Amino acid sequence: MNKRLLALLSVLVLASMVLAACGTPATEAPAAATEAPAAATEAPAAMYECTDALGCVTIAPGEPVHIAYWGVLSGPDSSLGEDSKRGVEIAIDDLGGQFQGHDILLTTEDAGCTPEGGATAATKLATDTSIVGLIGSSCSDETVGGIATLTNAGLTTISPSNTRPVLSDPARGPDYAGYLRTAHSDAFQGKAVAEFAFNYLKVTKAATLHDGSTYAQALQQVFADEFVKLGGTIVAQEAVAKDATDMRPVLTTIAAAAPEFLYYPVFVAVGGYVTAQIRDVAGLETVYIAGSDGIFTADLLKGGGANTEGMFLSSPDFSAFTGDYAGFIAKHEAKYGGATLSTFHAHAYDAANILFAALEQVAVVEADGTIYVPRQALRDAIYATKDFAGVTGNLSCSASGDCGAPVIAVYEIVNSDPASWNPADAAAPNPKKVYP
Amino acid sequence: MRTSLGEKILDLAVSGFLWGFRILIVLIVVLGTFLTIRAGKYTGEQWIDFLVFGISQGSIYALIALGYTMVYGILRMINFAHGEIFMSGAFGGYFIATWLTVIGFMDKYPVLGLIASMLFGMLISTLIALLVERIAYRPLRGAPRLVPLISAIGASFFLQYTFRGFFGPGVYAYPSMKALEGQWNFFGIGILKVQIVVAIAAFIMMAILYSIVMFTKIGKAMRAVSENKDVAALMGIDVNRIIVTTFALGAAMAGAAGVLYALTYRQVNFFTGFTPGIKAFTAAVLGGIGNIPGAMVGGLVLGIVESVGPALFLDSLGIPRPYQLKDAIAYIMLVMILLFRPSGILGERVSKKA
Repeated sequence: MNKRLLALLSVLVLASMVLAACGTPATEAPAAATEAPAAATEAPAAMYECTDALGCVTIAPGEPVHIAYWGVLSGPDSSLGEDSKRGVEIAIDDLGGQFQGHDILLTTEDAGCTPEGGATAATKLATDTSIVGLIGSSCSDETVGGIATLTNAGLTTISPSNTRPVLSDPARGPDYAGYLRTAHSDAFQGKAVAEFAFNYLKVTKAATLHDGSTYAQALQQVFADEFVKLGGTIVAQEAVAKDATDMRPVLTTIAAAAPEFLYYPVFVAVGGYVTAQIRDVAGLETVYIAGSDGIFTADLLKGGGANTEGMFLSSPDFSAFTGDYAGFIAKHEAKYGGATLSTFHAHAYDAANILFAALEQVAVVEADGTIYVPRQALRDAIYATKDFAGVTGNLSCSASGDCGAPVIAVYEIVNSDPASWNPADAAAPNPKKVYP
Repeated sequence: MRTSLGEKILDLAVSGFLWGFRILIVLIVVLGTFLTIRAGKYTGEQWIDFLVFGISQGSIYALIALGYTMVYGILRMINFAHGEIFMSGAFGGYFIATWLTVIGFMDKYPVLGLIASMLFGMLISTLIALLVERIAYRPLRGAPRLVPLISAIGASFFLQYTFRGFFGPGVYAYPSMKALEGQWNFFGIGILKVQIVVAIAAFIMMAILYSIVMFTKIGKAMRAVSENKDVAALMGIDVNRIIVTTFALGAAMAGAAGVLYALTYRQVNFFTGFTPGIKAFTAAVLGGIGNIPGAMVGGLVLGIVESVGPALFLDSLGIPRPYQLKDAIAYIMLVMILLFRPSGILGERVSKKA
């Protein structure tokens, strides 16, 4: 009897473990991780001697060039991470999937849009010595949790969608040495939304609501400061927990302050609940509502329902991209079909191309095909990026890691049917650009 | 037994700290309430809104809490997979409600449509709960109490990720029912239709459950098993059948709660059951675990405190972003009630074993 019990228990435990493992996007080729150390031990036989301060990655003939993508690939915000991942994959396709005759291997790691998830993903990736460079993360929280681990492992990551201002602040500290981004800083985004509200909608009383994430917290504060500078009044600044579902009480508190404009630059879960419930609250039936790039996705329409119609969302201005955005969209359409999932696919594409361009500069290729990638030199080359002709603009990286071309627009959702979501559609875009 | 002076001082310090904690919390509550009411930031109508939001959320907690408390009453185990049973009911209701909306039935007969969605949600929940009981709990009956608890946590993850596997990680938007949009007016105070319907439906479900437990033969048998399994078996009660019935009843309540929850919040995904599950467990402990009216009271109290608390206690004390502390308020209240009444609001005093 006891043995049967034990067997049952272990089967249950195993089953749940297997399922849990299926749930997290698995590393696409775990074999590479185990092969890499072997390659490293063979290295002394070769001619190249590594003198790089952070060491070198050695890629033996027949082994892939290993890059990693970390970001949110599960949960309500998975569209944000999936969208960027597609940008990276398209960049790899552009190279024919090869670098100097080696296949390019892309490993993905879910960071769950939380600091803990970011720390876990970074720890896992930092132990893999075959990784050359990374693209990610999706959410600023993930970077806050994981960047020290990656930097100290000698790795460099370029984020396509982190927007929290402090991440590229000149005083950000040595832990951020391995961190750059192609996304805009919210110092620009919050300002654009404040100008939109004050100058375009002509409102003077605004309220904000955030979900406690570092992204939302910082962005609503930038908005509030800029709005006050323009001459408006902030009547309420509230916050909820990221897993809250009942927004009616907090919205009632906001209603008591009688705002004309409510700004909630949050993530998809909270954004959906707030939008779905806001018109139920007495006093908020006709208030203007606005969000930002974190909820610039059709998933918001699924959660928010009919109330999303007429809602404003700020995002990078697609029409201001100086590169071949139409060409990128055509490749996206051919590879995945349908509209883009969120707003940072082009930034991810640019981030990956910056990484490959820097790799091209610093990689040492032996006659037998062995590649050596000095890590510090790679990091320096990425920082030295200047006038890089990307899709989103002509990109130059600053000493504190800002590579983005920050042009922000405000879009209006004109149809609440998720199937109608297509900001790139020329004839009937949804959401539609309204400002500037 | 010998008690040294040091132990005595330690005892005194601990109880002194606990009393200090109680007094501090009571002071904060009284002071916060007084200041908020004096500040007059909210109108009477808004206070009624807070209360109604709380009752509607609380009645859902209460329905879920019933499942925890009934299973605990009979088996002395915490069924941690209960939140997932709730989530599966919400999913079941989603598919039938979407189908009924598409064929136009929901708009023509909203009451029938609502009842059909709830019944289907309850059916799905019950089936899954019976499977979980048969596979994960029954083989472990009689094992030490930690063993079924661990198995329950495993079952919870298993169900969550099974649903994720089938339906993906995204959210499913519940179809909006025209009949539930807008509000009804009572004496000039507008209350959302969906909140009233949810609260009434929840109270009807609880009344049905209470009558089953108190006034039917099977209810009597359930009470007997919960008092003493072995003696009940000697009296000719089929204990296994009663346990299965208990799981089925609790799951049916969770299934109904799932559909009502989804009607209120209009979306469902594989992770929907986690937070309400923990909250409902809190409600069950609050009310006195094992006690059926206790679960109902606990759920309502928790819902109301969560909704009213941040505005009433914290708003005027100058604490920024009080709604982030909503869960903290709920759990501090749990601690307080357990400090004053260790067996919960309606729980019987735990008899001291000789």
